Amino acid sequence: MRHTHHLLGCAGALLAIAGSAAPAASQTIAITGGKVYPVSSAPIENGIVLIRDGKVVAVGANVTIPADAQRIDASGKWVTPGLINSATQLGLSEVGQVQDTRDDRARGRDNVAASFASWEGLNSMSVLIAPARREGITSVAIVPSGQHLVSGQAAMLNLVDGMPSDMLIRGPIAMVAQVQSPGGAGLGARGELIVRLRELIEDTRAFARNRAAFERAETRDYSASRLDLQAMIPVVEGRLPLLIAADKATDIDAALRIARENNLRIFIGGGAEAWMIADKLAAARVPVLTGAMNNIPGGFTTLGQTQENAAILRRAGVQVITIGNGGGDEETFNVRNIKVEAGNAIAYGMSWDDALRSVTLTPAEVFGVADRVGSLQAGRDANVVIWSGDPFEFATVAERVFVRGREYRELDRQELLTERYKLLPPSKAMPARR
Amino acid sequence: MKSHFASVAVLMVIGACAPAKTQQTPPVAPKDSVSPTGLGAVSLPNSDPFPSTYTRFPSGPLVIRNVNLMTAAGPTIRNGMISISDGKIVEVGPTVAIPAGATVIDGAGKYVTPGIVDTHSHIGVYAAPGGQALSDGNEATNPVTAHVWAEHSVWPQDPQFPRDLQGGVTTMQVLPGSANLIGGRSVVLKTVPSRTVQGMKFPGAKYGMKMACGENPKRVYASRGPSTRMGNVAGYRAAWIQAEAYRRRWDKWNKDKKGDPPGRDLGQETLAEVLRGNILIHNHCYRADEMAQMIDIAKEFGYKIRAFHHGVEAYKVADLLARDSIGGSLWSDWGSFKMEAIDGVKANIALVHAAGANVAVHSDDASGSQRLNQEAAKAMAAGIAAGIPITEDVAIRWITRNPAWQLGLDDRIGSLEAGKNADIVLWSANPFSVYSKPEKVWVDGAMLYDRSDPRQQWRTDFELGFVRTPAGINR
Repeated sequence: MRHTHHLLGCAGALLAIAGSAAPAASQTIAITGGKVYPVSSAPIENGIVLIRDGKVVAVGANVTIPADAQRIDASGKWVTPGLINSATQLGLSEVGQVQDTRDDRARGRDNVAASFASWEGLNSMSVLIAPARREGITSVAIVPSGQHLVSGQAAMLNLVDGMPSDMLIRGPIAMVAQVQSPGGAGLGARGELIVRLRELIEDTRAFARNRAAFERAETRDYSASRLDLQAMIPVVEGRLPLLIAADKATDIDAALRIARENNLRIFIGGGAEAWMIADKLAAARVPVLTGAMNNIPGGFTTLGQTQENAAILRRAGVQVITIGNGGGDEETFNVRNIKVEAGNAIAYGMSWDDALRSVTLTPAEVFGVADRVGSLQAGRDANVVIWSGDPFEFATVAERVFVRGREYRELDRQELLTERYKLLPPSKAMPARR
Repeated sequence: MKSHFASVAVLMVIGACAPAKTQQTPPVAPKDSVSPTGLGAVSLPNSDPFPSTYTRFPSGPLVIRNVNLMTAAGPTIRNGMISISDGKIVEVGPTVAIPAGATVIDGAGKYVTPGIVDTHSHIGVYAAPGGQALSDGNEATNPVTAHVWAEHSVWPQDPQFPRDLQGGVTTMQVLPGSANLIGGRSVVLKTVPSRTVQGMKFPGAKYGMKMACGENPKRVYASRGPSTRMGNVAGYRAAWIQAEAYRRRWDKWNKDKKGDPPGRDLGQETLAEVLRGNILIHNHCYRADEMAQMIDIAKEFGYKIRAFHHGVEAYKVADLLARDSIGGSLWSDWGSFKMEAIDGVKANIALVHAAGANVAVHSDDASGSQRLNQEAAKAMAAGIAAGIPITEDVAIRWITRNPAWQLGLDDRIGSLEAGKNADIVLWSANPFSVYSKPEKVWVDGAMLYDRSDPRQQWRTDFELGFVRTPAGINR
């Protein structure tokens, strides 16, 4: 969202909230000797990544290392930016079937929940964060769930240890809508769903033009509440992207029509059959968030689902963000498995470089946070992972993980349980903290 | 773009536990005896009223040479050979004799494994494209439905079958869901095209029976009961008490043949067959404490639990599983989708293996089933990270030989050994690499999938016309 700063002066717009800085390691760290993948530029053999005050300060083959820097030898290792999983409910959903731990879906009004700012209710104490971070995922987009016509606003987080305000990189990064399930939005037919979206867009425009009259109760009835209309203003003004969930090629075509007619900036989420309409998506410069681990015609909207989808889109010139679609819960418990999804995208035709980009710089660019995350460049957050090998291979270990310059090495809850039960029966003594 | 996880989690299975004392006794009726079918005939309990009509597909002798063989029976053979003929593995080794007329495939850089075995599938009973019309996996009308048989719900045209085959799965157990304490009979299928489910049934495979612990039954039946875990346990015990009496009545009549036969009850027939040791118990159970209780219930009534399924806390009672020879059909890394799953750890499979129990990677998911090799790779990596040295030769057993044992079929499938059924997969690379894919899959010696040849890719009736593919194939 490149234009976020414009929102600040706009009376009818959502305020974009920039995350406050969490305490970052103040020391200088030099990671040396590894094969460095900056993503924003060509790989560097025997490269150096210099980190200070939570930021990357230099990346290259010839970087002067300050005398006081802590040196980390990454010889034989691979060094990449921390990975980004762009479709999670991390911190919004802890235990799937325990409603008290679910803050990922708003009730909304009349199937519109545009004002739902998902990150406001974030549980930054989620035990699901550490396992993701430990395996090299350092940023996530959190995306509202639900099948409303509009389900709410997504945000980008850094997986630092802290409060929600420490984690937030930017919110909102997108408004989430769907044109694939009329029933989910309480409607009867696809055409009706599309008309309702058009109505919401028109009402938002009318509301924005007639604020004073609205406050005097001198306008006609609108199809959404005051706060929802207000939240939609940056969308209809093309400043906040609309992330439209659509799997069926014909639904994607409808999304493209709506975007063109209304000058909206849109992304397609899911996009099972996006490969059928790849040329139009490329021409409209519409990015697609999709996975590479599903080939099942699991519904009449996903009959053409294929694992080659991401690769075909890429070849057509579409920006692709790899997200989970295989049913292995890459949204919460297994956020880390976005690596596996990218690996499968490669197995089904995407280039290795594109796959890495699809979980680093592409989502950062698409969501307007490339100045913070997604690449190893001077000035970016020091989200850095040192891998024992190819990050997408199962045998590879994320040996060192830095988020905003702080290294995380604590045992996560799964590891604590594993330690406790490694020897059976377990010791009667309380396990010592490690 | 939402995970399908929540819907998948509804489909969980059941299991029970096992005393070592149960002796296998002959089924109520001999395998080949069919009930009389003429006018006025009296039906009698029959172990096989829907017999398999599967016959292997035509094939000639085949040798794959210069290939790495993960045998699941011993160390990986580098650059070795395998010979198959008449549906069986003839020879496996560094070199083998090439029979006259054999097709010879050069497997340089590639791998051969046994066909993958998935102990926990709902393919066919929750068929794609889904919806209520194809939702046939849970007879959620009563907490005890021992009388239902999964095979009567299987749709052979489910497009998930050919996808599982292209993932290397050649044998699967299709189970009823986990809504019920006792959910009914499972069926073991070969992943082969057929007009009928009988044409997919693995000849001679034992039936399984599904039981389920914990949250699913008590949630589904909250309003009528059981609504608690103690209600669940009372429900299992009540069912077995009835089944004991039924088994005694019929065993006595079968011995004496005096007077009218006792009245038949389909559910009791299945339960009695479990008590006779002729049907294997597959028990969906998450929590360690509940598994320990299910083991005691099995001992109380004298049956065996063949395997706990899902068992996200199996690592806490892995010693109990090993002691009583109970298998674990486990996920590599699922957890936290409900309260009884919050203690899931990704080292679970490795920990249970290290305790000496038979462990299999199962799917419970038609997508994950296609990549059980990747699931095993994750579980192996998690074990190594936890300090448990897991080799590829161990991990390959988690998806072949061990699940074959859990289905009672390890004498026929699950390893590359002379005499075993020629269910084999040729992989483009080491199957524990994310970049590896099955290139060819053989079932009983017949190649039923070839990634390089669309004509050798099974498409179900449903797919014709409905399912478009990137290659523009609409054959």
